Amino acid sequence: MNQSDSRLILKAEDLKQHYRVKQGFFKPEAVVKAVDGISFNLEKGKTLAVVGESGCGKSTLGRMLTMIETPTEGKLAHLGEDLLALSADAQAKLRQKIQIIFQNPYGSLNPRKKIGAILEEPLVINTKLSKAERKEKALSIMAKVGLKTEHYDRYPHMFSGGQRQRIAIARGLMLDPNVIVADEPVSALDVSVQAQVLNLMMDLQEEFGLSYVFISHDLSVVEHIADDVMVMYLGKVVEQGTREQLFENPKHPYTLALLSSTPQLSPEKRRTRIKLEGELPSPLNPPSGCAFHGRCSYANDRCSSETPMLRLDSEENQEQGHLIACHAVEENRIESLVEGAA
Amino acid sequence: MSLLQLENLSVTFGNFRAVDNISYKVEEGEVLGIVGESGSGKSVSSLSIMGLIDFPGKVSADQLSFDGQDLLAMPEKQRRKLTGSEIAMIFQDPMTSLNPCFTVGYQIIEALKTHQGGSKKELKIRAIELLTQVGIPAPESRLDNYPHQLSGGMSQRVMIAMSIACNPRLLIADEPTTALDVTIQAQIIDLLIDLQREKQMGLVLITHDLALVAEVAHRVIVMYAGQIVESGPASEVFSTPKHPYTQALLASLPESAAGKARLEALPGVVPGQYDRPLGCLLSPRCPYATDYCRKVEPANQGDLDRQVKCHTPLDREGRPAA
Repeated sequence: MNQSDSRLILKAEDLKQHYRVKQGFFKPEAVVKAVDGISFNLEKGKTLAVVGESGCGKSTLGRMLTMIETPTEGKLAHLGEDLLALSADAQAKLRQKIQIIFQNPYGSLNPRKKIGAILEEPLVINTKLSKAERKEKALSIMAKVGLKTEHYDRYPHMFSGGQRQRIAIARGLMLDPNVIVADEPVSALDVSVQAQVLNLMMDLQEEFGLSYVFISHDLSVVEHIADDVMVMYLGKVVEQGTREQLFENPKHPYTLALLSSTPQLSPEKRRTRIKLEGELPSPLNPPSGCAFHGRCSYANDRCSSETPMLRLDSEENQEQGHLIACHAVEENRIESLVEGAA
Repeated sequence: MSLLQLENLSVTFGNFRAVDNISYKVEEGEVLGIVGESGSGKSVSSLSIMGLIDFPGKVSADQLSFDGQDLLAMPEKQRRKLTGSEIAMIFQDPMTSLNPCFTVGYQIIEALKTHQGGSKKELKIRAIELLTQVGIPAPESRLDNYPHQLSGGMSQRVMIAMSIACNPRLLIADEPTTALDVTIQAQIIDLLIDLQREKQMGLVLITHDLALVAEVAHRVIVMYAGQIVESGPASEVFSTPKHPYTQALLASLPESAAGKARLEALPGVVPGQYDRPLGCLLSPRCPYATDYCRKVEPANQGDLDRQVKCHTPLDREGRPAA
């Protein structure tokens, strides 16, 4: 137990982010539950993937983990220290250890700054290194991510998308973080470049012992890079487990639908398409009970009235912690479908 | 006679050839997938079919014909009648391709009015019918919506409704699902394929998602830097690629790597305007390139049904021919 504790880098407990939204002068304020009660453990050198459609709260989660936004409720512990209880100064120190890479490398780099200045900015703000030391550090990290020395004096527009994402990754590494939150790092890239960036991320993970929180909607990328996977739907986790559990033995109807909607190259791997009707409901006016019940073909009265809790899967070894929030799974109502899909 | 026939079509912007001598044809009731990375000329080639290349772009071709009619030779007026009715196009980003100032109904009726005409009442009925066809719930109420009131999936459905308004015989879909979520993507692709089967349209599906093309297309064209490097039946191209580029693209997909192994990434990037190599355009990135490849541009080998543009096409085991 103690050993796993020492490897634990980031621990989130029941994180919530609720936004208050004004709807009009006379209307009452509404509450958008962008993230509603998320818990996970992230160990050193591991990758936690967060999967879901747009609007499910995965990016908000990323912003909370990096403390860009303060969670409205919940606990976030980095190496045992509660990030939310600390003073602003101490928080700023710890924040250096959790860095973020954004989705769009065309928007996340300041076009008026040279690469050198972009990379050194975190050092200027957070450390007392001299100019020469900063440059040395920047050049060494650039070499690590596969950028050349001459790129130091260039502007972002002179780079291709893949190279820009390398710059963004380099910037994330400048302060020697131990957690990197990667918010859709490869979705703006072409497949061949995507492979280069994914390889780079895996190499860096090995070299620096980084932990990743990998936010993505692309299941084939997630299947490749993740150790643990969390599937989100409308701010809540619907299924959580190791990569093997999720991809080989998916249980939640939403996970099944996601997997079956992902196009597959080889005909053997294709699953019977589970058609999902409709779209993600508005978070301003979420459905009662299970948020997914309107689109789920296994929903019954209980699903529309009672919110399912995340529970350990009863069939498997309880130690492994495959969590599912679904009444139908609990009541064994979808057993036939799981076999059909496999 | 093929529905659409292209022969040596090129699109140039000044000195830059965005599309370089491509030839292909689309039959009625056929789904043709065009894949390639960004900058490979997929979109520009399809825009040139629609006649949407503006100055300074120049389109030239030995043949560009739709249903036997030469699109380049016919008068502008006649061509405009064809495009939008007989040949229709769906664009990549549904959120920006609808005009935010007009209602959805107005925009659908506009297309109908231009090409078919009819009374206000008839047009409205037809618009409602179209919205029902593309699976929009409560279509009557949606007619008065503005594009910002619709979600991405809904907007793309409206775009599809507009494009099929005049019963086109050829539909060009340029990355129709790239901006959408997977579950919505599945809905939209199912809808497109259902419509295509029902109306026996020719469908050109342009995408960078190889797996998507593998699932729905009959034939595939792989483009690289403005050229067609390989074409053929979808099942063959994906199971036994003949061009090193196709092979590398397939290998770089995460699903072809076992477990957490490294992906086989193709080094480098697609050449741009100023760094086009001599000889074969892939030669700086190709693992099999020889000195000959770096000097002499390969010609297309094979007939139009199964073509490959390589000096040493790969054999069944994926090794280059001697």
